[in-house]
This record gives sequence, structure tokens and C-alpha cells, in this order.
Amino acid sequence: MKILLVFATLVAAAGSEQLFVGDQVLRIRARDEEQIALLRVLGEQAELQVDFWRDPTSPGHPSDLRVPFPSLQAVKIFLESHSISYSIMIEDVQELLDEEKKNMTKSRRTERSTSTFDFASYHTMEEIYDWMDVLVDDHPNLISKIQIGQSYEKRPLYVLKVSTGGNLALPSPGRARGSKPPPLQFSTGGSNRSAIWLDTGIHSREWITQATGVWTANKIAEEYGQDPSVTAILDSMDIFFEIITNPDGFAFTHSSNRLWRKTRSINAGSDCIGVDPNRNWDAGFGGSGSSSNPCSETYRGPYAHSESEVKAIVDFIRGHGNVKSVISIHSYSQMLLFPYGYKRVPAAHHQELNELAKKAVNDLAATYGTKYTYGSIADTIYLADGTTIDWTYDNGVKYSFTFELRDTGRYGFLLPSTQIIPTATETWPALLDIMVHALENPY
Amino acid sequence: AAMELPLSHSLASRAAALATGYLCYRRGSPGRGLALRSLRRARRQDINDVGHKYYLELELEDVLDKDSTVNCTAEVLYHLGNKNIAPDVQFTLEGELKNTDEADNIFYNRIKSPEKELVAENIPDSHGNVPPEMEPIRLLAWVASGYVIWQNSTENTKFQLAQIKHVKQVKRSDEYLEFDYMILLHDMVSQEIIPWKMTVLWHPQHGVQVTQDSRQPKHASG
Repeated sequence: MKILLVFATLVAAAGSEQLFVGDQVLRIRARDEEQIALLRVLGEQAELQVDFWRDPTSPGHPSDLRVPFPSLQAVKIFLESHSISYSIMIEDVQELLDEEKKNMTKSRRTERSTSTFDFASYHTMEEIYDWMDVLVDDHPNLISKIQIGQSYEKRPLYVLKVSTGGNLALPSPGRARGSKPPPLQFSTGGSNRSAIWLDTGIHSREWITQATGVWTANKIAEEYGQDPSVTAILDSMDIFFEIITNPDGFAFTHSSNRLWRKTRSINAGSDCIGVDPNRNWDAGFGGSGSSSNPCSETYRGPYAHSESEVKAIVDFIRGHGNVKSVISIHSYSQMLLFPYGYKRVPAAHHQELNELAKKAVNDLAATYGTKYTYGSIADTIYLADGTTIDWTYDNGVKYSFTFELRDTGRYGFLLPSTQIIPTATETWPALLDIMVHALENPY
Repeated sequence: AAMELPLSHSLASRAAALATGYLCYRRGSPGRGLALRSLRRARRQDINDVGHKYYLELELEDVLDKDSTVNCTAEVLYHLGNKNIAPDVQFTLEGELKNTDEADNIFYNRIKSPEKELVAENIPDSHGNVPPEMEPIRLLAWVASGYVIWQNSTENTKFQLAQIKHVKQVKRSDEYLEFDYMILLHDMVSQEIIPWKMTVLWHPQHGVQVTQDSRQPKHASG
């Protein structure tokens, strides 16, 4: 296994121009402690630049030594003159690296083409995370993956950053299944561009949303440079997309209870688990539009932003400072909603938001005839306090919207996978309407 | 005097869902489920000392044949105060519903004389799949849940059938089919998932009856 690790390092290094042409790896068998000592001395000769892949530890145990081409002769003379037996394990390290790299690229291409991501199915968290890495690899100058925090059960909270502005992303090396992906960094270089935030899956049972998120992220990537609106948006703004916003809940819907909604945080003094992440925001927190009972599906939590999943987004948006639109995606009901949920008073921008919602809903219906209603949360569904978009709106994000995707109750949360692509397809023009409006109406 | 409600209004959509559930119960069968296609008009009236009355114009669709729709007017009266009285619902269908005798009889004959009683669970499954042979079982639950929904609705609830957790056929010596269902109802307003047991009788000529039903306790940790 260590060989593999070393190869991976060399491949990465080879990727950044260090070559190993003509270098060899020698397998050395030291007879006694004296020879071990000699090998150690050899390793310490800085000008030789040798490195032990397997250290000389004790007689009888082979050690492996990589010798750069220029030092080959000197090292071999040294070994022979001290009667230290050796054999050539690798004749040319670079050749092997090239072969290995070719194989790795081929297998990842095969991985991607034979199991090309099936957008028309529901996926596990691991499948979605693997797909994210592929998406980043396919669009290294456009998409990167950042981590904004951790869930209660310590799962990473990943956000895809879609940006054409000074974005540096490292391609993720092929990695063994199950190993942790390296955190990918990017450079923003200077003050932040104005941005759009999208999230799906904050309520884990709303599976159509994570599935729509995956399709939509892919669509955004595909359409940059193709669709004039997407191109215009990304030429000026960044998009941040959190697809699995409640990973603990999502894992639980796969392992135990398909209809789990909340986070999985433990509530002190109660057998009941979880907080409703869409009642946990600091906007009208604690009113009649949420519950104080930990056993309730709309339990608000012990205090605003108690949930790490929520706090991570709060910190991100605050820290970013230039988010102009937030679109939080839920299901079901077929509605497009805007603030407020915590009070029946119309938002200051009610008219503008209402008009934009009307346009978006019409464009959505134009695709397959799917009817949405629209309006403020309080008028259209119910009073709900501590919601995502009420907080973002009250914190300067004017274009704050929530979608409730298909259907209206026939299947509800258990929407057949055959409806994933139609749902994502029809929602796309509505999302675009909001994003274009944000682009064309800077504030 | 009745006040016009915006069609997107939460109270209008709850009343419409209730009316649809009741209607489905009264007119549904394993071969016919009715769902709300759209709300056309809603008015609300406050009747002193009685309750709140809604006047609705609905368009319903046949869940098995989306192109088959029927218009309907309905009146829903939520009684003041006493939570134990089910709302009054009256409706008038404009036009005929599709005849489902053939489908109903095929299902009836298939199930009536089995080698062993039908048992199934998780309909739909996690991915929303319903095996074709289970569709009538699902529709029967949909229809029967209309009764439970009607009996338990208030202006602050909006129930839908979320899933059949378990269904077991009960052998009968008479002509009726009997099923014990454990269903999950979803209340959109509280967002709760409520397990509910119901015993359902059906015969092609005698419609759907819920003979017993009881709310079940929720599990604490999930």
C-alpha cells in the first residue's frame, strides 16, 4: 500500500513538472548492522538526493531506495564496494509513472462514461459527493468545492462555487474509495464579487430537491459559454450551491426513516432528536410559527443558529458580505414564496418580489403546464418563524425566495424518480428569471 | 356575506384539500382516485356561532388518467369550537366520472380468491415506485384516507396520504374485501407524519368504507 501512496505523491509531483526519467528503485538487502549503518549514511548524502521508500531497519529486511539518474553510478559503486547486495526493482521510474497515470486517467474516464451520472435516479450521499468531484474535475476553471462547516454528526458541509473570477482549483487526484477528499482551496483575490446562493436538501426527506440540485449544478456548468443568460450572470457574479444542506438528515433518510425532516442533533432532556433547520434562523425566532417541543417537526431549537448546519450558512453569507440573492429549495406544494413567514406584514419589496415570482411561475408553467402558486410564506402556506429567507432578507439579501417543488400531494415526498428530470427542467427557467433579475438590478 | 379569497391563500388551499379528500372517499374505488387539479374560486364566510364556511369551485382529475377531469362545486363548513365534529362537506359534480366497473371487477376477482392473503409494505417505496399490481391497493388507501382526512381536518390542518407502511388482506366469508392498513398521513401545516391504522371494506357495488380507524403514536428518535 505504501507503494501506491508513494506513486500518488510522485504522480502529483510529476503533475507539477518534477520528472523521474531514468531514475531507478533498488531493493537492497543489508546483511548486518554495519551495512544498515552504511545505508543510513548513504541516505544522508544530500548531493546524491536518494530517498528510501522503505527504510533500512534491520538485517534480513529489504529496503527500497529511489536513486536519481545522475547518482546511479555513484550509489551502485558504493553498494558494490561494501558488498551490499541489491537488485533493480524499477528500471525507470518515469516510465512507470507515465503508465500509471495513463491507467488512472483511463479508469476515471471509464468510471465517468460507463457510470455516467444518472440524473434520473435518487442517489446516496457518497454518490453525490463523488459526482461533485467529477464535476469539479470537468470544469476546473469554473467550479470548485469548498467546505463551510460541519454537521452535528461531523459530516462536511460542502458548497460548490461557480465562478469565472480569479478562481484557482486543484484537480482532485484519483483517490481510493472511502478516503477523505482533500479540502479544495480557491483564491478569490480581492473583495468578493456579488453572489447568488442556492441550497437544496435542508429538509432531508425532500429528495426531489437534492436531485434537482445535482441536475441544476450540472446545467449551470454546461450552459456557461452557451446560454447568454447564464454566461452574463457568471461573467459578473458567483454562484454558491449547497446541495446537501442537511447531510445527517439525508443519511438518516437512507438508513432509517425516509420521512425524516430535521437535523439529527440531540436535544438535552428529551428522547426526541433534531431541530427544524428552517425554524432555527434568527428572524422572528421563537414565535407561534414554530414549536418549542423537541418532538415536533417544527421544533425551533434551543436558540437561534443552534444548528451547525444553519450557523455555517449564516457565517458564510455574513462573511461573504455581497450575496444578492438566496434561493432555498424545498418540496412539496408547487409554490414560489418570498418573505415574510414570521409576520403577515408585507415585505418592503413585496411588489417587486411578487412580480418576479409571477414571471418565474409563468415561465415554469410554460415547460410542462405545471401550476405553481406564489406569494409570501405567511399568506400562502402558514406563519413560520425562523426561516432561511426571512433571515437573509432581513440581513440585506433582497432577492430571497423559497421554492416548493413538485408535487401537490399525490406522491408528496416520495416523488417518483421519473419526475426528477421534468421537475428540474421546468424549474430551471424560474431559477434563471430570479438570477437574471438579481444581475440586472444591482443594489 | 362571503369574502373572495385569493386562490393562493393558505385557507383556501386547505379547504380545497379537505373537499377533495371527502369527494374522493365518496366517489373513489381501487380503479378511480381523484386529485385536485386546480382551485378555480374560493370564498369564505364567517357564520356567527356556527363556524367558517367555504364556497369552492374545483377542477379534479382522475389520477390514472390525467386528461380526464371534472369540475365540481363544494361547500365546506368548519364547526366552531368543538374539535370532535368533522367538517360538513357537500359537493356537486358537473358531468360524469369515467366508468371503472371493468377495472374494479378485475381487481376484485384477482384479490377475492387468492391462495394466500395479500401483504405488502412501503407503497410507494423510497424512490416513489409503486409496482403496477399494487396500484389498486394504493388507490384504495388513497380513497379510504379521504375519510380519515375528512374526519380529522380543521382550518389548521392540510392532510395528504404520504405512504402505506403496511397492508394486510383480511380473509372474509362474505363478498366484501377487507384490508388492514397502517398508513402515514402528512399534515402540511404542522409538518407532522402521523401513523394511522384503518380497516377498509370494499365491494364493487358498495363503495369504500372505513370501519375502524385510530391514530398511532409517533416514535421518539425517528
